[in-house]
Amino acid sequence: MPAGTLYRGREGMWSWVAHRVTGVLIFFFLFVHVLDTALVRVSPEAYDTVVATYKTPIVACLEYGLVAAILFHALNGLRVIAVDFWAKGARYQKPMLWTVVVVWVVLMLGAIYPVLGHAARVVFGS
Amino acid sequence: MSTTETSSGVSPVEGAAVYTVDNPAPVIQPPRQRTKKTPKSTRGNFEMYGWLFMRLSGVVLVVLVIGHLLIQLVLDGGVSKIGFAFVAGRWASPWWQVWDLLMLWLAMLHGCNGLRTVINDYAERAGTRLWLKALLYTATVWTILLGTLVIFTFDPNIR
Repeated sequence: MPAGTLYRGREGMWSWVAHRVTGVLIFFFLFVHVLDTALVRVSPEAYDTVVATYKTPIVACLEYGLVAAILFHALNGLRVIAVDFWAKGARYQKPMLWTVVVVWVVLMLGAIYPVLGHAARVVFGS
Repeated sequence: MSTTETSSGVSPVEGAAVYTVDNPAPVIQPPRQRTKKTPKSTRGNFEMYGWLFMRLSGVVLVVLVIGHLLIQLVLDGGVSKIGFAFVAGRWASPWWQVWDLLMLWLAMLHGCNGLRTVINDYAERAGTRLWLKALLYTATVWTILLGTLVIFTFDPNIR
């Protein structure tokens, strides 16, 4: 390991770390997702069997995590674009990060019922 | 403030201005200044175009992917409605075929370039970088080709 990889340790660095981690996670999911969708060329049964596992409560929780990663990466990506192309972007990078976090929390609260509702009905009965 | 105004632009050091109009500061050559010996082009602008692509594709992907999430996970019963019949219904329309094709290509290339950056940052040995990137490019090309083939050759009456 290179020495001193903890840079300044402030909002700018941690948002950069989170952007990397979420980006890598989304990219690995994308490979899986293209492969599972490719099963429509095999047979309807093969596709429906694999998609059925996506409807189980455990995978629904993973889907919620995927939505969390995608929404953060999307919102923070827009912030990165603003920092690069907006003349005052670098000056407002911190308030923009907190805006990203607030919007992300609101969207994640909104995603609870649509993404996890079905799993909750399966687990708790309904 | 007791400092006296000088025309040198340099504040007094230990009581006396170092540089004045009559005694100007030496001119230092800027780093990486282009000289007659500097080649016209060194390595091209690949990294700049890569940087620009990440931002342009990123904006388009925000729209495509969030729209995709809304349709697949939120609207009309969420993920529980998805099955072969649902896919067949959507890919009957060229609009969604183009949407998914564009999303596939942009997301794969965006992710490939992102992971290339990550490999360059953390893999310290040249051989490790080479093999990881060879694996990355192979997986990316195969996945893009597979996805494209599936969208273009989808047959709703396969059975």
